[in-house]
Amino acid sequence: MLLKIAWRNIWRNKRRSFITLTSVAFALFFAIIMRSMQTGTYDQAYSSVINATTGYMQWQGEGYWDKQSLDRSFHPDSHQRKQILAHEGVLDLLPRLESFALLASNNSDTKPGFLKGVDAELEAKYFQLNEKLLAGELPNSQNNGVLLASGLAENLSLGLGDTMVIIGQGYHGMSANGKYPVIGIADLKNPIANKSTVYLDLKELQFLTGAYGQVSAEVIIPKSKDQLIELKQDLALIIDDESSDLLTWQEMMPELIEAMEADSAGGLAILFILYLVIGFGIFGTILMLTAERKPEYGILLSIGMSRGRMALTSFMETGLLSLLGILGGSFLAWPLAAYYHYNPIELGGDMDAMMEEYGMEPLLPFSLDGDIWLTHGSIMLIISLLLSFYAVVTIYRLNPVNAMRR
Amino acid sequence: MSVIETKKLSRIYQDGDSLIHAVNQVDLQVEAGEFTAIIGPSGSGKTTLLNLIGGLDTPSEGTVTIENKPIHQLKDSELINFRLKHIGFVFQAYNLIPVLSAQENVEFIMLLQDQSKSARESRAKELLKAVGLEQQMHKRPSELSGGQQQRVAVARALASKPSFVLADEPTANLDSKSTEDLLDIMHRLNKEEGITFLFSTHDQRVIDRAERLIYVEDGQIKSDEKK
Repeated sequence: MLLKIAWRNIWRNKRRSFITLTSVAFALFFAIIMRSMQTGTYDQAYSSVINATTGYMQWQGEGYWDKQSLDRSFHPDSHQRKQILAHEGVLDLLPRLESFALLASNNSDTKPGFLKGVDAELEAKYFQLNEKLLAGELPNSQNNGVLLASGLAENLSLGLGDTMVIIGQGYHGMSANGKYPVIGIADLKNPIANKSTVYLDLKELQFLTGAYGQVSAEVIIPKSKDQLIELKQDLALIIDDESSDLLTWQEMMPELIEAMEADSAGGLAILFILYLVIGFGIFGTILMLTAERKPEYGILLSIGMSRGRMALTSFMETGLLSLLGILGGSFLAWPLAAYYHYNPIELGGDMDAMMEEYGMEPLLPFSLDGDIWLTHGSIMLIISLLLSFYAVVTIYRLNPVNAMRR
Repeated sequence: MSVIETKKLSRIYQDGDSLIHAVNQVDLQVEAGEFTAIIGPSGSGKTTLLNLIGGLDTPSEGTVTIENKPIHQLKDSELINFRLKHIGFVFQAYNLIPVLSAQENVEFIMLLQDQSKSARESRAKELLKAVGLEQQMHKRPSELSGGQQQRVAVARALASKPSFVLADEPTANLDSKSTEDLLDIMHRLNKEEGITFLFSTHDQRVIDRAERLIYVEDGQIKSDEKK
């Protein structure tokens, strides 16, 4: 019956209750949409940058990430490799060998370059390398050629079918020189990568550098990007020696997280102000409501209702009112967020170019992560319940005779 | 047997530099089954005396004993619980819970006593029938007349099977017909079920029906007569 009283009390002043729950719903709607856009955009940015660089997790030679040298490449243990591939949280392993060299073309231009030995088929499958092709094909064991980033090809004045010379140092000081036909040109978006990257077939680069069977890293493709910590813990049990390291993208690129967190803080400050304003609105309602009810509280106290039960009823009343607003705001936000999740806002003009330069797609997709709804709904509910302590304190300090006299 | 007993009961208020003795050294005994009215002019201390007896106010001096229990010594939570079990209240302004129906208002007291749903329902119906409101039991207070609301208040006061009912000016807002009906009901409950009633009133119709009249003035009992 206490719940019944609390529920019916809400509707004693329909207009006031409607205004209060509308303001709660609006605040939550705004908060969810804002965070959905921010989170969706960050996820997109993370995903773009991660896919273009490290992948979500890497199995590397010991200390490779701190000093990225061919000499720190490692030979993956085939038994451990099989065990990793057999883990339920792992989709695949992509071997990569990376090195630096001087690149030259027949028009006497030379440029420093970043060599990536890859299994192009797997890179296409998981990182869509094929979609970045502007012309030609991906390198493989049959064509024995190189895929050049478009900026690099332009600087070296190289086109499809031309020959490029690689002059470098191989594994443990070996000479690494070779001559390769250009079999493909790709737009890598990221301006730095696009001016320096050369893709070769993994075995070809191993042969060129004398790093037979060696890789700089095995990129681990997880089934879920949200359970990397658990996955790393599991895989660490498989790779229990000290000759290799397991690193998540957060460990490899902490600066990316810091940049996003700094940006996110601005959004949170706006939300804080919003919650403050709405909080005062709710408090105003609770103040009026408590003042109006004082005589009634006096009566209830007189006839034998304990202060605890009265406080509980008041708590339920505020909680129910907030819940209605929270449900309203959540349901209103869902279709809008879902629409922009499946149809992201496309950026135009300078923003478009800037995003592409950083290797990100010029899109603002909204997130449908349930945590956003849960977190902000809970914040709204907690704010309301904390404010309802005013009524609780009033009830506990109430003198029934004075209250009834009002 | 005394249901209510006060000894040298006083309630003193501070008003600026002066002290006001709203109730002053009152010795009173009310026996079980009495139908008693406390009368006197406005500001004479009737309501304060009832509040002290009902445990709603704290005495400045003296004692209040209800069924041999010195309630002036009880803590706040004990007093609330004591009121719930031993005292029925009827207020001048009815003071029903507006969001509950007549039946729910009567049941509410029994809910506070943690009685079962079936026990609550059957007693609420029985009491509303006793006050002549069996046809209105599902109506909310706003749908009832003042007289009907006060009859619900009487039914509510009796719901917990209290030792006695305190009624502060119960007929002050009622018309003649409603007043007569209410007095008939209370009188019948007093005679047939032995329920003790203690009123404060100005109303001559109540005074005429009361079997004991306690006249209060300046916070003191000036006369106490049984008819």
